[in-house]
Amino acid sequence: MSLRTLPLVFINLGGEMLYILDQRLRAHNTSEDKSEKGVWSESDRRRVLNDIVGTMFSKSFMDELLKPQQLYSHRTMKTVLTRLAHTSIMRLNPASMDRLYELMIMAFKYQVFLCPRPKDLLLISYNHIDTIREFVRDTPVVMNQVDETHRNIIEVYSSLSEGQFQLLRQTLLIFFQDMHIRVSLFLKNQIQNPSGRFVLTTSGPVPYGADVPGLIRTFDLRGREVSRSEFPPGGTYSGLVREGSFDLNGDRVLRLGRNLYRVEHPEETQTSRTPSGQRDSTPNPLAKEELNQLARLMGSMKAENVPKREPRFRINLFTTDQEEEAASGGEQEAMFQVINIQAVQDQQAASELARIAGQFTDEEEKLENPSSNKGDDLLAMMDDL
Amino acid sequence: MQRPFLSGPKQGELRCFKDTMYHKEKSIQIKNSASALYNNLSVLRIAPRRLTYFTVVHANVVNTVSASWDGLNYSHRQLQSKEPNVATSTSLIMQAAFCVLPSRDLLVVSSQKGIQMYESDGSIMVYWHALDTPEAPTAQAVFARGISAVSDNYICVGVSSGAVLVFDIPSKGSNITLSEVLEEHKEAITDIASECSGSQECLANLVTADDGGNMCVWKSGEEFQLLNKIPGFDITCSSVKLWKGTVLAGYGTGQIRLYEAVTGILHAEVNAHARWIYSLDIAPFSGLLLSAAEDSFVRVWHVSMTPETNNVEIAHLHNECVTDTQICGAKFCDGDGYAFAVTGYDLSEIIRLPSDEPGHSNGKWAAVTGQTWLRTDNIELLEKY
Repeated sequence: MSLRTLPLVFINLGGEMLYILDQRLRAHNTSEDKSEKGVWSESDRRRVLNDIVGTMFSKSFMDELLKPQQLYSHRTMKTVLTRLAHTSIMRLNPASMDRLYELMIMAFKYQVFLCPRPKDLLLISYNHIDTIREFVRDTPVVMNQVDETHRNIIEVYSSLSEGQFQLLRQTLLIFFQDMHIRVSLFLKNQIQNPSGRFVLTTSGPVPYGADVPGLIRTFDLRGREVSRSEFPPGGTYSGLVREGSFDLNGDRVLRLGRNLYRVEHPEETQTSRTPSGQRDSTPNPLAKEELNQLARLMGSMKAENVPKREPRFRINLFTTDQEEEAASGGEQEAMFQVINIQAVQDQQAASELARIAGQFTDEEEKLENPSSNKGDDLLAMMDDL
Repeated sequence: MQRPFLSGPKQGELRCFKDTMYHKEKSIQIKNSASALYNNLSVLRIAPRRLTYFTVVHANVVNTVSASWDGLNYSHRQLQSKEPNVATSTSLIMQAAFCVLPSRDLLVVSSQKGIQMYESDGSIMVYWHALDTPEAPTAQAVFARGISAVSDNYICVGVSSGAVLVFDIPSKGSNITLSEVLEEHKEAITDIASECSGSQECLANLVTADDGGNMCVWKSGEEFQLLNKIPGFDITCSSVKLWKGTVLAGYGTGQIRLYEAVTGILHAEVNAHARWIYSLDIAPFSGLLLSAAEDSFVRVWHVSMTPETNNVEIAHLHNECVTDTQICGAKFCDGDGYAFAVTGYDLSEIIRLPSDEPGHSNGKWAAVTGQTWLRTDNIELLEKY
């Protein structure tokens, strides 16, 4: 369907990922786990965010996304986002990445679902960009990249009609279809039901440019109004809403896309699966076309943003390694458990820094050296994830 | 559907009946959930076999259900877009609709790849037309959308370029040919409708609508003749119907407008919904109009015409709210409009109304002049009649 989804998908999913990582890395400083494990310092946190934003908003990466192309599968999307996350000093194990991806997807699904007008998808994206800009405010180089990307987005999307935006939105809704993972923050704020479905209220403001339902007008042959009558619309709607700003800066008015994780409570990032809602996870063989797209995208996340010799820190999903291994094996049970995402700097890894750094460097070299069959490499890498 | 055995009401007489006198129908479970696409439900009533077919699109799959009138037998079939092994995103289906012609009924499926025509039970594909795909990828998505049978032997399908393909359908067999390509629209076609009142007097028998809200009114024939153009104002017309020479159009702003087809005179304008309208349907024998939108409401209206004064009126009768659901398809199950069926995004069932299942509101039945039975909870209307 729409060939213009990718830039918005990455800005919004990437934005949600940054919101969550920011909250998790901050939360760790105040959590009770401080006793045993190390803490992520303020500068560590800023570094992680700067590294990821720097890669995501790099010219080569964004240029690749801006080419007209079909939306990727979930598998490919998760692969690219994992790679993005790993351009920082942080390491996420597969189970953590899965949970993180679920949170990101459900947040973006919520925003797209409730988007008042299709064009407001841009305002949602700009809300994410605004917050991302705040995250990297202290690094002018990265902030300039964000501004530059924002300008490109404005230029590319300003020519789309409302009908084309709706096609874009419909393409995204197909991408999110049948995903009903419960997020504790959403349940708490009553924007999601226990069934996993989002709440659609029948009250509130109508989208900018629309009229409040309830009026019937009839006209004569000359176009003059001859009668007016009202009908009960079944909801309580109002018509007072300003239009948000579509410029580089300004009041977006729309709240969708703002950072819901600002409050530092660890339970905000809990997710649980609804028992019946398991998506069919049997992997489809990736079309050759999609592998090619993936290769180009990975290639565009190039060396200058990847710190090779820096110490890397693992993020554990659970507090002990044993629990992690159990979790990766027992997926059936995991469906019904509430899972925490915690960012814990692994003290044990500190003594193995050189070994770990060396391992990751080797992996990077494998990826960057084109082999005779690039497709196999990528598949192997994805299997590793 | 069983009706009670009663003598018809006399002129101006009013009778009210409790809902329990009417046979209620359960929701039909479908294999996948409905995708957020315009007009995503089609219904075919086969009286001789006491069956009704329903068809709903999910991404790259068409779900068809055959339901017996006694409610005892349901049989499901799934059809996929022509190349099932390609990545999901490249073979998405935009619409599936039944086309009723004097000698045969066909199920037409329009997708990103092209147009497929099946026997109405989905058992055999009788025709495949591939869309021209551009050599180099452009930013414009390519797809077919908007399906309607017109007069005795044509089926029209719209394309994202704005073209309308006219297929000549023989009374049997697969010798279907592309007879003409109508090129008046500049934006992607959203919906197509043919005159459904059965009247031979109407000059115009086809209307086509596009992403910009522009509509073209045609007379079918060996060469289709353009009779009128009704301009849109960059507000998408997502669903359109043609009845007794009147165009009924649903828009992205939630408005419904009634135009005289050949002149373009606006008869009436309704601020009907708080969000984008996804489906309109008309019951040709009674003039009941069904509108459904992303605001979770389905509304029933009555359209009446006074030929002497050329007066067209629309009155509101009833609301149904499908909680937390963005509705994407709504169709009457019969020509009088006694019952209708509804689909919603992410919903794996076809809801049928009237219903006694929890979550659906029920109104009072009222009898009006002649043979038409209407359902309404609008007390003022009861008094008027």
